[in-house]
Amino acid sequence: MTGISLEDPVLVQLGPIPIKGSLATSVGITVVLSAASWFATRRLRLVPGKWQTLLELFVTTLDDQIRQITAQESSRFVPLLGTLFLFIATANLSLLVPGVHPPTEHLETPLALALLVFFSVHVLGVQARGLGGYLRHYLSPNPILAPLHAISEVTRTFSLTVRLFGNMMSHGLVLAVVAMLAGLFAPIPIIALGLLVGLIQAYIFTILATTYVAAAITAHDNDRKGAA
Amino acid sequence: MNISIVSIMGAVVAVAIGALGPAFAEGRAIVAAMDAIARQPDAAPTISRTLFVGLAMIETMAIYCLVIALVLIFANPFAHA
Repeated sequence: MTGISLEDPVLVQLGPIPIKGSLATSVGITVVLSAASWFATRRLRLVPGKWQTLLELFVTTLDDQIRQITAQESSRFVPLLGTLFLFIATANLSLLVPGVHPPTEHLETPLALALLVFFSVHVLGVQARGLGGYLRHYLSPNPILAPLHAISEVTRTFSLTVRLFGNMMSHGLVLAVVAMLAGLFAPIPIIALGLLVGLIQAYIFTILATTYVAAAITAHDNDRKGAA
Repeated sequence: MNISIVSIMGAVVAVAIGALGPAFAEGRAIVAAMDAIARQPDAAPTISRTLFVGLAMIETMAIYCLVIALVLIFANPFAHA
């Protein structure tokens, strides 16, 4: 198993805290995305130029999709979920940069993102429906099902983590194996497939997070609307 | 039998069988979605979104098996090598 390892290389040791490759890449992606957003929105005009049109296309598409799924008029959840999508998509596509490994290839980054979703679902649910109303949905069809609700909170966070991690990591592993077996150009189709998989996984992560948020904020409407 | 041989066989079986079920399931899901889109092209965005979410759910099973296989190979708790 030479050259193939699931370990994240430690770049710098800051006292007791090891700075690993995925942390450095995540911080880099955050900085790049923030800087790009700042530059792109610095001079917004009523009649958009080339870049502003592209930006508006991105933002309106995200906004439309997320509002459709949450069935909300307002775009309250777009900042959180849209940023989630942009970060994961950039992270998954960062394998195009030579020498950079996507941070989502290691378990820590997907786990952090899934925990973010886990906590924001509860916070947004309590915000939208009040503590009592939010807690009531755990008893919703029948109080017997409350343990199942609690288990599903944990398992869906786990499966969010493992889905993103497994897809990206297995792709990195396949890439490493192919690069080890066959020279220079053989990995290129695999990289192309990886780009597709990365975008789809970012989409799926965001859609699932949006679905969870939507379920947390609107479940009590079910009785009134009669819709699932 | 050596623990590493058993682990490798376990990993192979986990990935092989773990890929089989989700493959059939994803095939059925896509067939159903294609059918629905052919009948009702207007609902295509909703159908494909639901399809993606469903495929992600199904695929999770395969990914679990992959993770088990990788744990067996790379991080086996019983191998003292």
